Amino acid sequence: MTRPTAAAMPSILRRAFPWLVFLLALTGMAQMPIMKRYSISDLPGLGWLADFFTTHLVHYALGALFLFLLSWALGATLRSGVLPRLTVSGMLRAGLIAVVAVTGILRVIKNDPGVTLDPYFVLAIDWVHMIAAFLWGLAAIAFRLARRGAYTHRSQRGG
Amino acid sequence: MSDPPRKLSRRAFLGGLALGAASAAAPGAARASDGYGKGGVHGRRAEELCAFLDISRCINCQQCVYACRETNGHKFPEPKKPFPKMYPNKVPVEDWSERRNVTDRLTPYNWLSIQTAEVEWQGKEYRLHIPRRCLHCQNPPCANLCPFGAARKLENGIVRIESGLCMGGAKCRAVCPWQIPQRQTGVGLYLSLMPRFAGNGVMYKCDRCFDTKVAKGELPACVEVCPESVQSIGPREEIVALAKRRAGETGGFLYGLEDNGGTNTIYLSPVPWEVLNEAVDSRGKHKPDLAAKPNVMANEENLASAVFAAPVAGLAAGVFAAAKSIRDRKGGADD
Repeated sequence: MTRPTAAAMPSILRRAFPWLVFLLALTGMAQMPIMKRYSISDLPGLGWLADFFTTHLVHYALGALFLFLLSWALGATLRSGVLPRLTVSGMLRAGLIAVVAVTGILRVIKNDPGVTLDPYFVLAIDWVHMIAAFLWGLAAIAFRLARRGAYTHRSQRGG
Repeated sequence: MSDPPRKLSRRAFLGGLALGAASAAAPGAARASDGYGKGGVHGRRAEELCAFLDISRCINCQQCVYACRETNGHKFPEPKKPFPKMYPNKVPVEDWSERRNVTDRLTPYNWLSIQTAEVEWQGKEYRLHIPRRCLHCQNPPCANLCPFGAARKLENGIVRIESGLCMGGAKCRAVCPWQIPQRQTGVGLYLSLMPRFAGNGVMYKCDRCFDTKVAKGELPACVEVCPESVQSIGPREEIVALAKRRAGETGGFLYGLEDNGGTNTIYLSPVPWEVLNEAVDSRGKHKPDLAAKPNVMANEENLASAVFAAPVAGLAAGVFAAAKSIRDRKGGADD
């Protein structure tokens, strides 16, 4: 049987994925006015973190790459015809990732000059995006420490 | 002779409200405004409320300044003192509660101020007064970039800050091309969370009397009170047409039409804006300048297409790569 084809993704992209997520989290956090307040942007090389427009643009660019990779994995999985058997921790994190991705796209739509969404819907998007990203990070750390970091059961792991 | 702006503004404004109410009855159309942003007076962008200010009419009587205070005074902050000590110590306290009478700049207690410019242009001397407040951008960076959803744009084009949600981080001021919103420390949500470590009060700015006036179908206080009919307000398309017509008739210069990608406040001056900009006192973060402003969200608007294209491209690439992988494996097995 053909294995799930995440393996079809170039290894450089798979290796870059954790760094991509780290930078997304960093630039996402930088959307809150904390980098200057806590002098993080005073550290050498981190001055850009205090510039809201720079961090927002980087977040957009990395977000596009993130969506590309997620869709790649989805497309490859669908084409392979073998649905992965996710672990419990995998299911939880996959759900959170989906929420982060969808609310992220909605935030980009919200920022389109021709779109005005209901303020309460915007409020929900903003907070759900922030909370889901935070929970994903928390879950990733917790499952890693508990040595339950795998998304799929052993028999289905590509490599 | 051009139309008297006051009469046109009232007619256009009320006409716009009627349109909003009528459209509420049509399925899928805009709902009537509840004043808090659910629904809106106008559902389509062209129907956003827009103001037109002919500054050659302004006599600096300050009636708009005081009408604004009177109408919106109930929204002004009442901070608790002493303020919580903030960490780190460098976090600035911004307290205007003891200086509520200041009118020569924007503050949390003064959402409209008037700048004066004395200039000479083409051999003629001018003394012009410019009412300054939030311009209500069409694509407002304050609302787009607020991380907590506290700054928002309503369907009728009004941009406002929800004081119950604002943490006072002043990001809206940092990203506003005119640095309009002003902060009051010691008030708001942050006091109930981690007042030492996050937040610093609430940001305040013009909300175009969205609840006290516009929600009732009335004109914003500054428009209504002006004895010189400096301001007109109505559906954007009509106001833009009016502004262009008046500029053509008078040979005047417009500001706000294209600035920051377009605002819902359009000024007309008999003198070029770059001349006025050099003459007004716009130093600091509280006296907005009059320089031409590029669209600060332009890069995001360009990158948005990449964000929308990424899932489609990724899906196609994934399907293609998996198909190739399967083909290669079958080829290997056959060998």
